[in-house]
Amino acid sequence: MLYREAGDFKTTYSEDSQTFPIFFDRMGYYVTLLLAFGLVPLFINDYWANAVFVPFLIYAIAAIGLNILVGFAGQVSLGTGGFMAVGAYSVYKLMTSFPDVPVLIHVLIAGAITAFVGVLFGLPSLRIKGFYLAVATLAAQFFLVWLFNKVPWFYNYSASGQITVPQSKMLGFYVTGAQTSASAKYLFCLVVLVFVAVVARNLTRGTMGRKWMAIRDMDIAAEIIGVNPLNAKLTAFAVSSFFIGIAGALFFAVYLGAAEVTEAFSIQKSFLILFMVIIGGLGSIFGSFAGAAFLVLLPVFLKNVLVGQLGWPTDLAAHLELMIVGALIVGFLIAEPHGMAQLWRLAKEKLRLWPFPH
Amino acid sequence: MKTKFVSLVVAGICAAAPAMADLVIPNMSYRTGAYAPGGIPYADGFNDYFTLLNARDGGIGGEKVSVPECETAYNTEKGVECYEATKGLGSLVYNPLSTGITYQLIPKALVDHIPIYTPGYGRTSAANGKVFEWVFNYPANYWDGASVAIKYLLDQNGGSLAGKKIALVYHNSAYGKEPIRTLQDLAAKHGFTLTELPVDAPGQEQKSQWLQIRRDKPDYVLMWGWGVMNAVAVQEAANIKFPMENFIGVWWSGSENDVVPAGDGANGYKSLAMHGTGMDYPLYADLKTFVYDAGKASGNGDQIGSVLYSRGVYAAMVIAEAARKAQELAGTSAINAVQMREGFENLEITEARMAELGLPNFGQPFAASCADHGGPGAAMLQQWDATAKKWNLITGFIAPDQEVLDPLIAADSEAFAKEAGITQRCN
Repeated sequence: MLYREAGDFKTTYSEDSQTFPIFFDRMGYYVTLLLAFGLVPLFINDYWANAVFVPFLIYAIAAIGLNILVGFAGQVSLGTGGFMAVGAYSVYKLMTSFPDVPVLIHVLIAGAITAFVGVLFGLPSLRIKGFYLAVATLAAQFFLVWLFNKVPWFYNYSASGQITVPQSKMLGFYVTGAQTSASAKYLFCLVVLVFVAVVARNLTRGTMGRKWMAIRDMDIAAEIIGVNPLNAKLTAFAVSSFFIGIAGALFFAVYLGAAEVTEAFSIQKSFLILFMVIIGGLGSIFGSFAGAAFLVLLPVFLKNVLVGQLGWPTDLAAHLELMIVGALIVGFLIAEPHGMAQLWRLAKEKLRLWPFPH
Repeated sequence: MKTKFVSLVVAGICAAAPAMADLVIPNMSYRTGAYAPGGIPYADGFNDYFTLLNARDGGIGGEKVSVPECETAYNTEKGVECYEATKGLGSLVYNPLSTGITYQLIPKALVDHIPIYTPGYGRTSAANGKVFEWVFNYPANYWDGASVAIKYLLDQNGGSLAGKKIALVYHNSAYGKEPIRTLQDLAAKHGFTLTELPVDAPGQEQKSQWLQIRRDKPDYVLMWGWGVMNAVAVQEAANIKFPMENFIGVWWSGSENDVVPAGDGANGYKSLAMHGTGMDYPLYADLKTFVYDAGKASGNGDQIGSVLYSRGVYAAMVIAEAARKAQELAGTSAINAVQMREGFENLEITEARMAELGLPNFGQPFAASCADHGGPGAAMLQQWDATAKKWNLITGFIAPDQEVLDPLIAADSEAFAKEAGITQRCN
């Protein structure tokens, strides 16, 4: 009744090709942005920022990055953790070497460095596909973690190999270091996430995204109609790694504050983000958000309900949490193999006809 | 749906809050994951000691102690979540039992004004109270441990280790890397060669490291391991028939769980010990009456008296004493975290006090001060007897070589002070 195309006339091409062509969607998007920027920072406290919002925003960036590679370009990657580590160590080296430059610029440069590394490890994708490529990216994961653990230059020769973020300010507010307020952390990550999501959305709708999807759907056919696979695959690796690098930089600098490469950027991280993308929906920006929300919020929610409300022992709750999350993942994928984005799509189809389906 | 979710979460958080009048001492434990064999006994000992204080004495200075437990799984992200979740409850002190999480909490504690107590782990240079106002790691730290192990070996070799080969098998993480710098300096001082053999977490795969040990034939092997890595290393050492009496683990590599799986092969394995072990202390009579027999034992109650259980008891005992000291200094029993820090800084644990608490000769006496947050750093050595299934202490407390350690601590803490922009105190 409310959610419909009828009566929503487009008179120009740009109106017709906008991201949210349906009025109700568009309003929903603006309201979400308004709430996210206007309301949440007023009420956010340390717990909500550090346990819920900041990890969600950062994982959403990483999931968008990986979704470009896996969902849009069809190149399976298990190197996400390693690429996040590149972002984190780049931003650490940049911040300690050039403390006067605003941290946002460092984050973007860290993304660019990661993009370069990603292209390097993306080169084998020109020859190998599918599971074999997954194994090649797995090598990237292990190599990068080993490198950052082995070479003391990367962690400024500290005794323990830990990297700790220096304090830094932007516009007069702390954005990294322990003195950062909850809302500053949140807003900083939110701004970057909105930037990343808008860029990703528009890239995937344009020539580049269509090339990626052509390669994903059938690479030989794509080559025949004139898509250059070298160009398409390497740009996918570059853009994807750029976003993942940004996510890694924020993960270390804003969220954790101190990190150890073997623990924070291990293979577990690669799997976690891959699961986010698969559960959220391959080839969907919304899916990246949904997947990140699902895997970040659900464990925290379960923990608070099981331990906080029901008062169960923490170990029992932790084990049950794994089982419940696992069961839900399996359940979700059986019910909807195309992920939560597809559920959302179906819901919208139904809503258009509601309440008179015939 | 969404509002329901939010209200549930909010309700969940609120329900976790105990009555505000209590002394809140969170137990950041890990009973799941690869490090659970170490986390479970420690958490049990920690909980049981406070349960005893509540049941027997009505808490500390008349204030009940509440010990909300939070599962970290030895994972830094969950550690951050736990810290934020419990900080609002009025937590007095954090004891995360993880070097990685400690590194994360140090800058936060500085801003939030909550002390961190890391006995025998964490950031070693926090021993320098001039820089680390909010962190305490007495009675001993990793560098002390490394130095004590070398001193013991010196003693075994008539005062000289020149020309000897010592291998260090370590957990390839912040924790395992901590002693390397000290051992390198000690190697230079005493003329032994040091081989570093990292083991990647969690440490189930150590074949290549032990192959290298079999090939190089070092005179001694030191180990900085944790969790499943310890048991695997002891088993591998037994497999290559490395003489167990020449194999020394740090205090985190010296629990029953580490040696029992290797059976008789582990006989003679040594480890450092910073406190006593076993149930031969008068405290256990009270624990039995007020906690175990009352059915209030934490966990399954099957870890009682083990090495890491004792360490949990030790940490809880020091925290409880610091709280008592803080109450005395503040003149009120309802102390806050800032007053708690004063208690830690002015804490003195004497032999008489430990005997009074039912733990005679359990740990070393120490007195903290503004500049000294690290304690004397002495440790004993214990040896595993596989037939009796018992750890036997084979030395008294051995003091570390402060001549080597002091400059290292000064250098590392000054680096932190510069990074974090801290001006030194206590001058």
